[in-house]
Amino acid sequence: MDFATFLVQCLNAVQYGLLLFLVASGLTLIFGIMGVINLAHGSFYMIGAYLAFSLAPVFGGAFLPTLAAGLVLAVIFGYLLEWLFISYLYERDHLQQVLMTYGLILVFEELRSILVGNDVHGVPVPGWLSGSIQLGDLMAYPVYRLVISGVCLAVAALLYFVIARTRLGMMVRAGGSNREMVQSLGIDIKFLYRVVFAAGVALAVLAGMIAAPVSSVYPGMGAQVLIVCFVVVVIGGIGSVRGAFLAALLVGIVDTFGKVLFPQVAGITIYLLMAAILLWRPEGLFRQG
Amino acid sequence: MSIDAKLVGARDVHVHYGEAHVLRGVSLTIRAGEAIGLLGRNGMGKSTLIRTLMGHLRASRGRIEIRGQDGARMRPDRVARSGIAYVPEGRAIFGNLSVRENLMVAARPGTGGRDDWPLPRILDTFPRLGERLDHGGQQLSGGEQQMLAIGRALSTNPDVLILDEATEGLAPRIVQEIWRIIGTIRATGIASLIVDRNFRTVLANTDRVVVLEKGLVVLEDRSAALAAQPVELARRLGV
Ligand SMILES: Nc1ncnc2c1ncn2[C@@H]1O[C@H](COP(=O)(O)OP(=O)(O)O)[C@@H](O)[C@H]1O
Ligand SMILES: [Mg+2]
Repeated sequence: MDFATFLVQCLNAVQYGLLLFLVASGLTLIFGIMGVINLAHGSFYMIGAYLAFSLAPVFGGAFLPTLAAGLVLAVIFGYLLEWLFISYLYERDHLQQVLMTYGLILVFEELRSILVGNDVHGVPVPGWLSGSIQLGDLMAYPVYRLVISGVCLAVAALLYFVIARTRLGMMVRAGGSNREMVQSLGIDIKFLYRVVFAAGVALAVLAGMIAAPVSSVYPGMGAQVLIVCFVVVVIGGIGSVRGAFLAALLVGIVDTFGKVLFPQVAGITIYLLMAAILLWRPEGLFRQG
Repeated sequence: MSIDAKLVGARDVHVHYGEAHVLRGVSLTIRAGEAIGLLGRNGMGKSTLIRTLMGHLRASRGRIEIRGQDGARMRPDRVARSGIAYVPEGRAIFGNLSVRENLMVAARPGTGGRDDWPLPRILDTFPRLGERLDHGGQQLSGGEQQMLAIGRALSTNPDVLILDEATEGLAPRIVQEIWRIIGTIRATGIASLIVDRNFRTVLANTDRVVVLEKGLVVLEDRSAALAAQPVELARRLGV
């Protein structure tokens, strides 16, 4: 592998890892803070991609308005979903959570099939971001992929700030540590959970929307992401956003280079990574609480 | 707030855990500014009564009143926002938050917008916490955790402070310090409901004492009167 190829693979690995982080951060918060195993989380990524596809004509292909509209819809959708379904799961055991959220996947896929159909669709890269950057003499790297990484990093920084530095973040962390005490201090935990859930949905939808131009849009894309994100959550330590960030980058790197260097076992490299890390640290890289 | 305003009331409250009938008709009133001791041997229902007042448990019969409103339908956060602060058995410090964050996470003005307990005043009251502001909650000793739990409760500017097992498991020197602080808080006019093993100290620091036995109030009197005649009380408490 020459240096330019190596650089391209690195950039791809980081971009993939950062996208995974957007989805996995919500998954780990919902699991770690609210105690809900949300199998439908991958569907939000799928919904994001389909939103990018379906909303683009509405806004004449303008990228930022599409993104903004998609995020607003995602927050409203997440808020309602928590209220109508997820809020009944907090006191239930994991089996019931898995059953209901699996049911939600089926509903979302069916709705997707009815509303948009089962074809694979492409989403064009926005014109003003469609250029490439020259790497060395022979390689060029698409600007849009760098933009994906940039957006993800900005969101990660914002998320870090909110969780580590704001009152809301303190409440969220406290809620993960002792739900009953949080309530005893006058904090409306139901509202807090609703906000966390809606934010998690918005993050996954954002990931799906910005990934759509490079990944295309297809049925079942949620399931694939869900499984990888569970690997990320487990490696990072359940409930730890910091852990999810590191784990997502690790998974991105191992997966990308696994495909290049060991194509025969590319399908299982991230699971080998997970097994190795769990042998070393059974709780994952960071443990919440 | 008038002097005998009823802040918290339980009337003929019954509570079950499944089949177990744990409170069998308990009545208790906390008025503004008064300090009440809640005594009774292990397992007599003190914590159950407190958790019912806070809205964590539902009474199967009887009535809970929080500032004159029906408490049966109130969620714990609404109860807390009515000016009732709670320091539970075991303290329930947020171990993943720093000391400073524990004191900030729920800080708010009290009923009527009072802000008597800003962070500097809490740190004046508990100098040890000031030295450890950036430590994690789980790094504190038991005594420091209890101070933090009380400080955290004060940060909500409560009208009533409920302390379950105020000094359990603490070294004698720390126990003394906690009681001194409870005295300071009492002097500011905050009402309190205090559970503690050491009934003599409770008598010395409260206006009134209520004794629970097997889910019933078996004795209730002014602390001064009981302090003069501790025999009956000692028999009830099995000490
Ligand atoms: N969660 C629970 N489930 C079942 N029984 C309980 C529970 N909590 C307490 N009890 C029982 O209720 C009775 C009263 O307990 P508690 O209110 O904790 O007493 P105290 O605080 O006075 O020591 C005890 O017999 C105890 O075993
Ligand atoms: Mg108790």
